[in-house]
Amino acid sequence: MADLHLTVDTSTDAERAAVDAALGTDARAVIHETERLVRGGMARKNNRRHLLLPGLHALQAEIGWISPGGLNYLCDVLQVPPAEAYGVATFYELFRTDDPGHAESTVHVCMDTSCHIADAEGFAQRLEAEGKRVHRGPCLGQCERAPAQFVQGRGVPDSVPADADQIAAPGSFLPPQFGTEGLRLLARVGVVDPTSLAAYREHGGYEALAKAIELGGQAVIDEVRAAGLTGRGGAAFPTAIKWQGVADESGRPKHVIANADESEPGTFKDRHLMEHDPFALIEGLTIAGLAVDAEHGWIYIRGEYPLSTNRLSNAIDQARTAGLLGDDVMGSGKRFDIELRRGAGAYICGEETALMESIEGFRGEPRNKPPFPTTHGLFGEPTAVNNPETLLNAAYIVLHGAVAYRSVGTEKSPGTRLFCVSGHVAIPGVYEVAMGTTLGDVIDLAGGATGTTRAILMGGAAGSFIAADQLDLPLTQEDTREAGTTLGSGVITLFDDSVGFQALLTRITEFFKGESCGQCVPCRVGTTRQHEVIVELGRTGTLPVARATLIDDMALAMADASICGLGHTAAGAVQSAIRLGLIGASS
Amino acid sequence: MQGLRNGAAMYAVDPRRTSSSKFADVWLGLDVGTDIAMANAVAREIIHAGLVNQAFIDHSTEGFEAYRDAVEPYTLEVAAEITGVPAEAIKEMAHAYATADKAQILWTLGITEHHNAVDNVLSLCNLALLTGHVGTWGSGLVPLRGQNNVQGGGDMGSLPNKFPGFQDITNDEHRAKFEAVYDAELNPEDGIHLTLMFEAMGRGDLTAAFVIGENPADSEADVDHARRLLAGLDCLVVQDIFMTRTAELADVVFPASVAWAESDGTVTSSERRVQRTRPAVTPPGEARHDIDILGALAERMGVDLTEHGCALEPEALWDELRSLSPMHTGMSYERLEDEGGLQWPCPSLDHPGSPFLHGWLWEADLGGRGPAPFSIVEHEGPNEQLTTEFPLRLTTGRSLDSYNTGVQSNGFDSPIRYGDELDINPSDGRSLGIVDGERVQVSSPRGTVEMSVRFQPDIPEGLTFTTYHFPALVDINKLTNDAWDKRSGTSEFKAASIRIDKLRLDSQVVSPAELPG
Repeated sequence: MADLHLTVDTSTDAERAAVDAALGTDARAVIHETERLVRGGMARKNNRRHLLLPGLHALQAEIGWISPGGLNYLCDVLQVPPAEAYGVATFYELFRTDDPGHAESTVHVCMDTSCHIADAEGFAQRLEAEGKRVHRGPCLGQCERAPAQFVQGRGVPDSVPADADQIAAPGSFLPPQFGTEGLRLLARVGVVDPTSLAAYREHGGYEALAKAIELGGQAVIDEVRAAGLTGRGGAAFPTAIKWQGVADESGRPKHVIANADESEPGTFKDRHLMEHDPFALIEGLTIAGLAVDAEHGWIYIRGEYPLSTNRLSNAIDQARTAGLLGDDVMGSGKRFDIELRRGAGAYICGEETALMESIEGFRGEPRNKPPFPTTHGLFGEPTAVNNPETLLNAAYIVLHGAVAYRSVGTEKSPGTRLFCVSGHVAIPGVYEVAMGTTLGDVIDLAGGATGTTRAILMGGAAGSFIAADQLDLPLTQEDTREAGTTLGSGVITLFDDSVGFQALLTRITEFFKGESCGQCVPCRVGTTRQHEVIVELGRTGTLPVARATLIDDMALAMADASICGLGHTAAGAVQSAIRLGLIGASS
Repeated sequence: MQGLRNGAAMYAVDPRRTSSSKFADVWLGLDVGTDIAMANAVAREIIHAGLVNQAFIDHSTEGFEAYRDAVEPYTLEVAAEITGVPAEAIKEMAHAYATADKAQILWTLGITEHHNAVDNVLSLCNLALLTGHVGTWGSGLVPLRGQNNVQGGGDMGSLPNKFPGFQDITNDEHRAKFEAVYDAELNPEDGIHLTLMFEAMGRGDLTAAFVIGENPADSEADVDHARRLLAGLDCLVVQDIFMTRTAELADVVFPASVAWAESDGTVTSSERRVQRTRPAVTPPGEARHDIDILGALAERMGVDLTEHGCALEPEALWDELRSLSPMHTGMSYERLEDEGGLQWPCPSLDHPGSPFLHGWLWEADLGGRGPAPFSIVEHEGPNEQLTTEFPLRLTTGRSLDSYNTGVQSNGFDSPIRYGDELDINPSDGRSLGIVDGERVQVSSPRGTVEMSVRFQPDIPEGLTFTTYHFPALVDINKLTNDAWDKRSGTSEFKAASIRIDKLRLDSQVVSPAELPG
């Protein structure tokens, strides 16, 4: 850009090499062909802005931080104003813009819900005592193996120590429901080698895509509509309406995105699917692309999921080689390909419009709606965004039909559902049950509570606590709503009577304070004030009526005047905890 | 810029990679003064590629065959040799222009500040005629203006050969109309333009000047010469909002008011849109409105203008113009207000105005006019060729946030201001043995100034650039070439030849011809 002004800081050979390797040969927004001929321009620059996030990842991975010189180089390549790029870099938990002062990898330790009650702080201190460089941060999506850690490599790939067995012996994972009849979404988990396309196809893989090609896009959407599939990311929006909206758009490039930025504390089901059945997501997303007639598929995956990332990357490569992605998908004459994008640690990027901003190379701040992504999504083009679990359901529906799909579940909540059970249960993990199964049955499936349950957090930090006497609650959209709670992303976290809820709620409010993108004033200020009230409560031991009223007033303001779900739900856990008497008996 | 954001492609043809060029999809850095070779080669390529709009050419133009033959020698290779731009890029631009749904050619002083300015413009008009990119919505030829009311100045008759509304002074019928309204006899002969005025001063034929809102003592090419002429006048009157260097030479100075902030009236933009302006503040001190000054001046000369059909109030004066200039007749103050301005021609109160001027080219009867002629123009190159004595090309221009001679813009500070240095390619600088920021002596065949150099990687080798916003610091127009186009009266500010010498340590360079105080 003409107004691009870089600082005087210079980049190192290593930084330039890292950026060049990550972005590819055609990344430069300005090309000096000769002294008298320069190519550049708005269109070329705009078409490359989406490379900013991969570029920042490359710099961070190379030297452990994003130096001013390295940022200058990246900005020069992509013609992004350094102030904007700095704004993007500082937006994410996994990027740092100050020199760490050491050359080692960083160990991120989760401090949220399930890890919180598994003494995450003690775990962090033990790691520090071993000489590790520890960063205490938000949920890492490994709630079933709390306390969780994620190692952000420096000069070496990122890793999760707990994944070592799986990397050494792919397919050796033994899921808690292993051998259970009737599993739909988890049928291949622990059964197939997740690194092998052949193994996937031997177990029914790509039969759904073949069927979808035979049916055609509109028939696929009609079938999904008849099945009554709703989104599994938390908002439970009817999938067919979303797809139809995109399918009805024409004349512009279209996109389908798998939202694998699973960041809700307590949620780890998508990671489970992607690690152990990655081809299923590729197939599901391809079906979505076919249904809405989109050529561009994207998977936006959490930055903290190295194993899932590798497995998906491998799956995409194999699918491409086998002609299941590319210019002629499975001989259908349709073009479809998938690009895998890593997030960098931002809860808000699970919000679909924030996710699109993030892919496009901007701060992950949600957009105002309308216009909706179905007409103005990624790069302003029609886009369908779906959760991985939703896409796997769609594949099942295409293959088996709406009637078979509805053979389990309830009229309003058909099919099965994955639940992420963690906290004080015997066998934490991902469980697939028919919709309408009671809460108590799911907990029993997970081996039952390990202590005397005091409260259950439904739907994650953005959900709400319910009392331990709600075990008969049928797990459906309609029943949970009636009970004043939510299924959300399928989170069920148990807390027994040993839990200090004051400290837990302090952490939950700290989480929202840290993850609010700051764009909407009610959310930016509200999440901070809410945290302050809870900290004050911890100090004084009592919650004056005025403070309780303040919490409710702020909840209302955030719900009314924030543009995305973060602000809408940020007070849910606190309000329900007060209601249940978990914290601050009012005075 | 909005168009570019919305996906329009831009090819920037400019010797320098300017700020605007940095927004371009492709920048073609041609040699100074080779615009005609470029345009003719683009034309030849469009013709040879079969991309001409033959139906438009047949219906709306004349002289195509002769033009086609004339551009035939301008092959891509010849143009590449002359302009320095790779042939492939010229070809690409030609195809992009010819095949676009809508295309505009926009230019400003880089085309017109040459000794062959009119030929440069005609060479671009030819391209629009070749492709039909003219007279339709979104296409056209767009000479960009440097001020909000440059267009209005010409429209109102501040041209030596025109009455308001571009009516010819030499046309008896036109003249009679004005004479009837003003009850006065008018000079039937064309006047002379600024460049000729200075020549007349040099001959002693012109001994008095009334300068309104112009600063020729800083802005003229070969400015030493111009200052001597102004200082030698019997009488110089200046009407301006600033005490310019020209005003300093004047016998009488009339402090004027600021048009956009202190005056009631109209302005006309580049798209011929007449809009109302209203005073926001009262002129300070003794400053008065232009109308007041002219009315009072007439009064001191013993004439009451109002007795000669002249209005002295803004709206009445505007209505007087409407009665005389057919293209403004439909533009009442009320309509200008209600409709957010109107584009001329607007001949009657029920006429909607004219969003584009050359729509007649597409009408079946060409609006009763003759077909538009192709013009045969040949590459000449700058008047002043580079020599071993003066081996570097100097071109001048403007920089963002400064304006012309700086009288309007140097009164405030700006963090992004630059321009009193000579921009030079670093490798040229190194071969001259100078360093970035060094003070040097810069000479042309006409004069010498001392200034600093700024190493600027964006400027091609062999080219140098500076602005003339800072005449108090650097009198760059001492160097510029006053060779001018006989048809437009514009001097070749864009192409001089210069030499850069290191300063001798033992002597300070003395600027020649310092003006007497």
